[in-house]
Amino acid sequence: MGSHIGTGDVWTVAGRKFASRLVVGTGKYKDLPTTAAAIEASGAEMVTVAVRRVNLSDRNAPMLQDYVSPQRYTYLPNTAGCFTADEAVRTLRLAREAGGWNLVKLEVLGPAPTLYPDMPATFEAAKALIKDGFEVMVYCSDDPIAAKRLEEMGCVAIMPLGAPIGSGLGVQNPLMIQMIIEQAKVPVLVDAGVGTAYDATFAMELGCAAVLVNSAIAMADDPVLMARAMKAGVKAGRLAFRAGRIPRRGFASASSPMTGLIR
Amino acid sequence: MSVTSEATRITVNGEPLAVAPGMSVAGLIGQLGLDTRKVAVERNMEIVPRSTYADVRLTPGDAIEIVHFIGGG
Repeated sequence: MGSHIGTGDVWTVAGRKFASRLVVGTGKYKDLPTTAAAIEASGAEMVTVAVRRVNLSDRNAPMLQDYVSPQRYTYLPNTAGCFTADEAVRTLRLAREAGGWNLVKLEVLGPAPTLYPDMPATFEAAKALIKDGFEVMVYCSDDPIAAKRLEEMGCVAIMPLGAPIGSGLGVQNPLMIQMIIEQAKVPVLVDAGVGTAYDATFAMELGCAAVLVNSAIAMADDPVLMARAMKAGVKAGRLAFRAGRIPRRGFASASSPMTGLIR
Repeated sequence: MSVTSEATRITVNGEPLAVAPGMSVAGLIGQLGLDTRKVAVERNMEIVPRSTYADVRLTPGDAIEIVHFIGGG
């Protein structure tokens, strides 16, 4: 992490360089024009997308690609809706054929209401995908042992949840996120749980390479404005991380000198 | 009715469909009015590479899946 190219503070995943540390989802928006406007405002360079059957009964329906250009944004196809390794591999093989790239987001979830990462199934799918030549960014539990194992298997980015998907609760377990970051040699992204801008700031202050946000932008009253807030929040958190925060202390320490006082 | 009796019966995205005998995957995508650059096709659980759409002929009972990218997190 923290590789510096020229004057920019970029991050690298699977050999691809990104200046924006905000990755955004394209789901849950009320329509495609709003999706496009919010993503533009977020400054994101990488967007997650889902793979689904074409609707044959409405063939003229607008397509995501017409609003969010795969030439401009790096598409990160996900495995949302897959509950087994076989389904995940099958879905991403189709995504690879549709898009022509290998970089993917693996997520194998348990059932509602937790939608928590199903780690045994995630390991199995990661193994199969890596064997099949995919570059896997993996959504996972905030478990340092699991994260290390996924990295050792060859995953190109580790993406622990901050809180349950769509919950907007922010990073619930900063200690474990920090431990995952400290031991990782690949980028770590907080994926899921961000509710508002300071949650993204907080995740970046912990030292994440980037943050992945969908619901918090898409479901905000004004998604475009929230996209701008997230962009600023991520930048603030990154700068604060690089600046190095002061230690937390259990006592006061005066900001003004105690010498030269008038008598 | 002769056309119907000769038609090749397949399923596309789970829906039954009768197509002209000998139709290729390229022909099917064209008939459905889809843009080949924006979709991916699976035939009987196997990916059909885009470069082979014109060569792959549909046979009775084929299960075809045609997918594209949509919004997701």
